[in-house]
Amino acid sequence: MAEPFAQPIVQHIYSLNLGPQHPSTHGVLRVLLDLDGEFIVKADPIVGYGHRGHEKMGENRAYKQFMPNTSRMDYLSGMIYNHGFALAVEKLAGIEVPLRAQYIREIRSELNRISSHLLWFGTYVMDLGGFTPFLYAFDDRENILDILDRVSGSRLTYSYCRFGGVNRDLDPNFVDTTRAFVARLRSRFPDYENMVTKNIIFINRTRDVGVITPELARQYAVTGPNLRACGIAFDTRKTEPYELYDRFDFEVPTGTRGDALDRYYVRMEEMVQSCRIIEQALDQLPDGPYRNTKVPFPLTPPKGEVYFAFESARGQAAYYLVSDGSECPYRCHIRVPSFGNLHVLTEVLRGTLVADAISILGSVDLVIPEIDR
Amino acid sequence: MGDLVGSEWFRLVIGLVIVLAFSQLNALFLVWLERKVAGHIQLRIGPKEVGPFGILQTIVDGIKLVGKELITPLSADRKLFVIAPVLVFMPVLVGFLVLPFGPDLIIRDMNLGVLLIFAFSAFTVLAILAGGWAANNKYALLGAIRSVAQNVAYEIPLLLAALSVVLMVQSMNFGQIVQAQGKIWFIFLQPVAGLIYLICATAETNRAPFDIPEAESELVAGFHTEYSGMRFGLFFLAEYTNMFIVSAVATSLFFGGWHGPFGFALGLPGVVWFLLKTYILIFVIMWVRWTFPRLRFDQLMNFAWKVMIQLALANLIATAAVLKFV
Repeated sequence: MAEPFAQPIVQHIYSLNLGPQHPSTHGVLRVLLDLDGEFIVKADPIVGYGHRGHEKMGENRAYKQFMPNTSRMDYLSGMIYNHGFALAVEKLAGIEVPLRAQYIREIRSELNRISSHLLWFGTYVMDLGGFTPFLYAFDDRENILDILDRVSGSRLTYSYCRFGGVNRDLDPNFVDTTRAFVARLRSRFPDYENMVTKNIIFINRTRDVGVITPELARQYAVTGPNLRACGIAFDTRKTEPYELYDRFDFEVPTGTRGDALDRYYVRMEEMVQSCRIIEQALDQLPDGPYRNTKVPFPLTPPKGEVYFAFESARGQAAYYLVSDGSECPYRCHIRVPSFGNLHVLTEVLRGTLVADAISILGSVDLVIPEIDR
Repeated sequence: MGDLVGSEWFRLVIGLVIVLAFSQLNALFLVWLERKVAGHIQLRIGPKEVGPFGILQTIVDGIKLVGKELITPLSADRKLFVIAPVLVFMPVLVGFLVLPFGPDLIIRDMNLGVLLIFAFSAFTVLAILAGGWAANNKYALLGAIRSVAQNVAYEIPLLLAALSVVLMVQSMNFGQIVQAQGKIWFIFLQPVAGLIYLICATAETNRAPFDIPEAESELVAGFHTEYSGMRFGLFFLAEYTNMFIVSAVATSLFFGGWHGPFGFALGLPGVVWFLLKTYILIFVIMWVRWTFPRLRFDQLMNFAWKVMIQLALANLIATAAVLKFV
């Protein structure tokens, strides 16, 4: 006979696999959630589904052969990663870069940053259920991709930078089309504001959701807009200006609460600042050679190492290259911002709802292949 | 023979055939309309290849759905899983029986028409719960749970809003309710109830911004995650037919049914006015869907329990007081 007062074993907590195939994990992220009802007890991000061994590839090929790989890690800001890699190797080998090439790279990097933020904006609002802003953002992004495509022949994976310059000079229309695009984008911001920023449902879904405190951000090495949303004005373009960033007048937008809404504001404001940088750079764009033709071939940098940090669209990325004096780097390590940005979520997601988890995952703007690389 | 044609049964059978044909065609048309509306809102043009303006696109999609394999997950509760899509479509059909398309175009002019239509639309929840539970999938179950909570919450203000109108007419007969709006539509006398009805109706049909049960970015496809082929198609058709029904009910309760605005019919037959107003309401619901993001579940419930029900109750009491003392 069963004991009259035996308590039934009730299991409240069950686990749910969010991903790797899920409409809003954007890529192959898998988050193992332990749920109590719809509340998250524990969130465990599992990465590595997109591992392609980019770092090892970097150690097995000549410096310039690694250039195509660099735009395939963070495929949404490929130009910025190209740019960073070129800068790292130039620093390692001591290569001079003509002024025009520097301007070209920088304009394109900022355009790439805007395109990345636009894509984030669209997909984020789509994660929250608003499908229409997504297509508006993609319409604008398409213009950027056209501009970038016309010069480098590629929409996402540019491989446009070369050590000591760029692959090709700008096409004759570049300056005009870019100016027209910036003007057009400026006119679109009020649309976005009316459609999304002021939308009460959007604000309810994001305000005080997924708060990353400054302490937490430091612990997990969160960088980029996610860090700036907590109120820390850390932007590699300002704190350690590389290329020509110290020549331009731009601000580093910051938030106060560190929630998803602040991350949204920061990214939207960053697009405005990137527009400012692009306009200034277009005004100053000098004539001259677009490439240093005296770069030795094959390129064998002297023995030594370099750690070069730059600001990608998602935060601080960096290349660490060790040269043993041969054609290939002895060690090639890449620091990617998404790694820290993802793993802080183990703490942030605890105690939130599944619906919030989607909102938070979207708000930190992850690119999973960058983490897996 | 004359007996047969005039008999109630004959009327019912003919009515059902017409309803079946109409509801299917209407759903196909609405899917096409939704895609067109969404397209134009989103700087696209929507389907355009199959047939003129792409109008045959949904028919082709339907044929594709019919041709697909009906997958039943191994761990599913087979009987319930198979019956749920049928259950979801059945109450929708019943709703058509009492809708007043025109002065003489009511299949069954019942005295309890309003009650019948709301009672049967509440039945949909059962089907959704059955489908979500039977699939034995966590996403589907979560979607089903959400759906039940949401529908129960929004049914109350929905009924209270409809009750205000019923109080004014002193009848639950759709024909009489529409007749009472010959000159002034009830939306002008009962603006609060009308608004509450529209909001709750959107929630009842699980349309954005209340599409929590099938929130695709969270729950993949919600309660119908595991359904494929025409079983999925039935859920899909039921959603659009449901949308037609709530809009048609709104038209008859608040927007004067078959009457033209302010008693001017402008020479158009009643059924044209009725359908015109219904499709305009459907367009509004679509417009809302493609404009707003989705609410969070707890916010949605708070909105229902803390705002809508209070408002609807206050409106009902005010209506009763005015009717009693004025």
